[in-house]
Amino acid sequence: MLRLENIETGYDAGLALFGVSLEVREAEVVALLGRNGMGKTTTIRSIIGLNSPRSGKIIFNGVEIQNLPSYKIARLGIGLVPEGRQIFPTLSVRENLLAVAANHSKHHDPYTMERVFSIFPRLEERQKQSGGSLSGGEQQMLAIARALMINPSLLLLDEATEGLAPLICQEIWHGLGVLKERGLSILVIDKDIQALTTISDRTYIMEKGKVVWSGESHEQNLSTELTMRYLGV
Amino acid sequence: MFNRKTILNGIGLLFFLLLPPFTQIFGQEYLLSLFSRILIYGLAAASLDLIIGYGGMVSLGHAVFMGIGGYSVGILAFHSYESSSILSWPFVLGGTENAFLAWPFAILVAGIFGLITGAICLRTKGMHFIMITLAFAQMAYYFFVSLTKFGGSDGLSLYNRNTLPTLDLGSDVTFYYLCLAILVIFLIIAHRLVGSHFGRVVSACRENEQRVQVLGFASYRYKLVCYTFSAATAGLAGALLINQSEFISPGLMHWTKSGELMVMVLLGGMGTLTGPVLGAATLLLMEDFLAMYTEHWMIILGPFLIIVVLFAKRGLYGLLTETGGTNG
Repeated sequence: MLRLENIETGYDAGLALFGVSLEVREAEVVALLGRNGMGKTTTIRSIIGLNSPRSGKIIFNGVEIQNLPSYKIARLGIGLVPEGRQIFPTLSVRENLLAVAANHSKHHDPYTMERVFSIFPRLEERQKQSGGSLSGGEQQMLAIARALMINPSLLLLDEATEGLAPLICQEIWHGLGVLKERGLSILVIDKDIQALTTISDRTYIMEKGKVVWSGESHEQNLSTELTMRYLGV
Repeated sequence: MFNRKTILNGIGLLFFLLLPPFTQIFGQEYLLSLFSRILIYGLAAASLDLIIGYGGMVSLGHAVFMGIGGYSVGILAFHSYESSSILSWPFVLGGTENAFLAWPFAILVAGIFGLITGAICLRTKGMHFIMITLAFAQMAYYFFVSLTKFGGSDGLSLYNRNTLPTLDLGSDVTFYYLCLAILVIFLIIAHRLVGSHFGRVVSACRENEQRVQVLGFASYRYKLVCYTFSAATAGLAGALLINQSEFISPGLMHWTKSGELMVMVLLGGMGTLTGPVLGAATLLLMEDFLAMYTEHWMIILGPFLIIVVLFAKRGLYGLLTETGGTNG
């Protein structure tokens, strides 16, 4: 579904990614791990076109997307849940969702308000509240729901549960589990290795702008030694 | 059953509807001219609110579209009076005083100018956007100052108001009601527009444009359409203004006029559409009233504006319609 081939991306004069290659297959959840500043967010920004790569290829469903503008990449079916949520604070929950709702007639099984409310029931209760008045967890649910409203076939999550209370995290992981069961492909960045081990099929670990380890997300694979070495936990 | 907004809007509409008979009963016909100006400036300010309040595009050159609309009507009328043509190649374009032709022409010219300048301005953001809109406005201002054929800095007079087949626009009462009808129709369209999918995307651009793009929307196009629609509406306001005062000068396009429109939006309530009409009424009435006592009426208006901006989040309209503590 998504393949990155030797991506090199930088900011101003310097490079942040040095030949990153990874793959997300159909209906697969892939975790991207690494310490802060190792290039995880830059990888996601490269995929969605916010930082176009200087070299390498990004292929999504057979289409090279590394030089496309963000809105065209999103229209191809990639939804982004950015770090820090970035919901539209003065719009209501309902308006946040309706503002980005895609043309449903193009999709055979589209995400509607009802469908996203069934995954995150809290949002239905808060639908008239402004986005800015929601709690951090609710804002993250809204950010995920908003990304679903464009009917993506691949969801990118940058720091899925950062700074959220454990109970809220459980709700978010449960919601992502439901999406996985429905066949959505997900590339997720998070620091909760235990939760990622449960939900993800494969894992990539990044260090200094490179992928240094990849494999299936079994507990024995993500062993203490490995996580100590690359993640410092 | 009715919320505060509906009640206030109803009272406002009733007031404007009943004003002409009362001015005649009390022999204060001059008020009709003042309130016609309020309706016209209200239209221009509400169109500015579309791009500032909803689109987050702070323009310091909006009055230029009024000027272009006004001059379009003025130049057509000038050539009609002189029985000469404006263009002889590639096609012959003569003058006219018919409002059915002149006003859509004014809307079209202002809209095209908005489209061209917007296509350039919208490639920038924040302070750069403000400065570029200001630069375009000043360019247009000096262009019309240099047009000596049409009066240059002295301005251009309209010998008669435009004509309509069934309405006598020469009558102040008829003209007033026409301005009111146009304003009400615009507010209805604009309210529908901001509540539509298009309006939500434009509002989302104001909040976080990059986010709108990664959600699959070409934000630039949405903003450009909004900007052009707003410019075209201001062009219509200009066409009405030259008919109301039977005169136009480049002074209407000066950046201070754009500043006045912005003050109307802030005073009335940004992002409310109806608020800027209230803002236009407050500003023009205060100007008219205070100018009787002092030519330095801005000294009183200035602190009043500061108080409103500091204590009323959504201007006077918000103060009258919101119960407090809302975010929306």
